[in-house]
Amino acid sequence: MAVEIRLPTILRQHAGGQAAVQANGGTLGEVFDDLVRQFPNLAGKIVTDDGSLHKFVNVYVNDDDVRYLDKLDTKVGGDDVVSILPAVAGG
Amino acid sequence: MLRLAPEVHRKVVGHCYDGLPDEACGLLAGPPGTGKASEVYLARNAAASARVYEVDGRDYLRADRDAEARGLEIMGVFHSHTHTEAYPSPTDVAQAPDPSWHYVVVSLKDLPVVRSFRIVDGNIAEEPVVLDGK
Repeated sequence: MAVEIRLPTILRQHAGGQAAVQANGGTLGEVFDDLVRQFPNLAGKIVTDDGSLHKFVNVYVNDDDVRYLDKLDTKVGGDDVVSILPAVAGG
Repeated sequence: MLRLAPEVHRKVVGHCYDGLPDEACGLLAGPPGTGKASEVYLARNAAASARVYEVDGRDYLRADRDAEARGLEIMGVFHSHTHTEAYPSPTDVAQAPDPSWHYVVVSLKDLPVVRSFRIVDGNIAEEPVVLDGK
């Protein structure tokens, strides 16, 4: 089932300039796999090469930070909206 | 150039004082492509520290949704330096995620100083900050 993924401005250049895209999968990890199949330039930007969430992004399913859910194993369905935002920090 | 609505300027500086002794932070938004910050989203510093800041993720999510609904774009971030100059620290540069953003640093070392920078590939370029009431 397709879910909507909302991309931050810095990643849109890798997805044809789109702010929101659709991808398929039953878990967040599967959805991101499908996203990278559609937009290969997103490889390594959200999920690292070793298969974990990139530490410089925060990912939400609806209102919930997936780090406090099941991370990439978080189940997603048709009405869910996945939001990706850069972690904004400094000194 | 970064143009700040006067109300945004007041809220930014006020939030930085309110955050003492910790660093304070928030996000700037405006009509896409204009370089004008017409709205500011005050955020919690999730790091709760006088030396570093981290925009609270849920505050960012709320800001992003509100901006999107109003046709605005998140265009930058501000944070305070409580005891140092209004200039990006090495940590600020290392963690600057978006070359299109305006990075505003507010120093409270003395009278408040508001400066803005673009950070691209680790290079810092200061830009003028002006108040724009229109």
